[in-house]
Amino acid sequence: MLDDFLLRAVLAGLALALAAGPLGCFVVWRRMAYFGEATSHAAILGVALALAMSANIFVGTLSVALLMALAVSALTDRGLAMDTTLGVLAHSALAFGLVGVSFVQGARMDLTAYLFGDILAVGRGDLAIIWTGVAAVLALLAWRWSALLTTTLNEDLAVASGLNPRRERLVLTLALALVVAVAIKVVGALLIVAMLIIPAAAARGPSRTPEAMAALAAAVGILAVLGGLWASLQFDTPAGPSIVAAAAVLFTLGLALPHRG
Amino acid sequence: MTLLSAEDVSVRFGDTEVLRDVDFAIDPGEIVTVVGPNGSGKSTLLRVLLGVIRPNMGKVTRKDGLAIGYMPQRLALDGRMPLTVRRFLSLPVPRPAEAARAALARVGVAGVEGQQLATLSGGQFQRVLLARALLAAPQLLIMDEPTQGLDQPGTAAFYKLIEDVRAETGAAVLMVSHDLHVVMSASDRVICLNGHICCQGTPKVVVNAPEYRALFGLGTSGAFALYQHAHDHDHDHAEHVDAG
Repeated sequence: MLDDFLLRAVLAGLALALAAGPLGCFVVWRRMAYFGEATSHAAILGVALALAMSANIFVGTLSVALLMALAVSALTDRGLAMDTTLGVLAHSALAFGLVGVSFVQGARMDLTAYLFGDILAVGRGDLAIIWTGVAAVLALLAWRWSALLTTTLNEDLAVASGLNPRRERLVLTLALALVVAVAIKVVGALLIVAMLIIPAAAARGPSRTPEAMAALAAAVGILAVLGGLWASLQFDTPAGPSIVAAAAVLFTLGLALPHRG
Repeated sequence: MTLLSAEDVSVRFGDTEVLRDVDFAIDPGEIVTVVGPNGSGKSTLLRVLLGVIRPNMGKVTRKDGLAIGYMPQRLALDGRMPLTVRRFLSLPVPRPAEAARAALARVGVAGVEGQQLATLSGGQFQRVLLARALLAAPQLLIMDEPTQGLDQPGTAAFYKLIEDVRAETGAAVLMVSHDLHVVMSASDRVICLNGHICCQGTPKVVVNAPEYRALFGLGTSGAFALYQHAHDHDHDHAEHVDAG
């Protein structure tokens, strides 16, 4: 049954939507959008390194995304001016990644696949990796959920409740790197942050609790994947951007709903 | 039997010394208020006592198993996160609905469980923060500027509530405050902080201490006017000082 490329694409997209919904809520609540950009742009550098060393792409993107996320966290802890620092890091990683890829024989053709995703080319092996990564992210978020919420509201309050804010931030960093690594095949490095932010933003209005917002964000992401894939087949448009465009349409429709909280 | 103490605590941020040789201790059932001008290290002292900041020198000692209820000054809530009062009370420790209901009723905001935290009035919000802190059955309540943004009657009512809670539960209360006059009448002991402890004692002793008068310029003409809020309410300061 998994022979069908469309079914594999749907399964890959659903997995990404499930993880990106709840994690995207934290990206919105904690204003981590630029942090997500830096991490996902670094993934292109990971692709270049993996191609150059003939290593697994997933391992390459995960490692570099994780290193970038940890570096950014460390800089945040020191209170450096974040927008500038992140801008320098994000775009340097992207530029070096693009330059690096050009040295690899034949990879130049593939580059758009990593920038904008190639969900219709997801294989069985990719599916296994994507679902494993997504399961890890969901397990991590479920395990630390209340601690993450408390830390997001007020770090001193978290300490007074016996939590360690630094550890909770590390959990988010790790989850973000994992999502970037699994999403690069689905929507590509340039649109990952869109899949984190748009469904979460669309879910804000009708939600009354953080849990409802996370669940609704996942649902919006799933609808966007299904709608985007359908549009992509119908109109022969690129799949990754079509998914993000569908999410943006859902967000706009959501603005018409009554705001409940 | 001291609940929480600090010995010779000094804190530096870079080259700036924020706290210098601070000794502090709080006993069960005491209401202690830390006052001081902006930048005097009040919040830093609270964060050292909470364990958020590790002091550069000195040490902080807690009684074994000390249950602390903390009321932060504000939450990072600007409408991005939907959060009901009920959900907030169970962060991060799940609390039974009945306990949550009772805690809200105790602080005078019964029935707000279903409301969004972000839509509460300033006074309701402070009371919900207090309810959450009380759910931990604290031996020590720590509050950072608990009446910020409340008007005078709201402030007075809140301090009355804190005194009642202390009387009922026997919890000690440590707070940082700007509301010099009201806070002083509600405190057993006042610590006047300006990087170091300038003076401390009962409210009456402190308001008459020359160090305090130099710092806040109350009742002395031409003294430092560091404390703006005091000037806003100059008209009623005499009566509160006498009451303290």
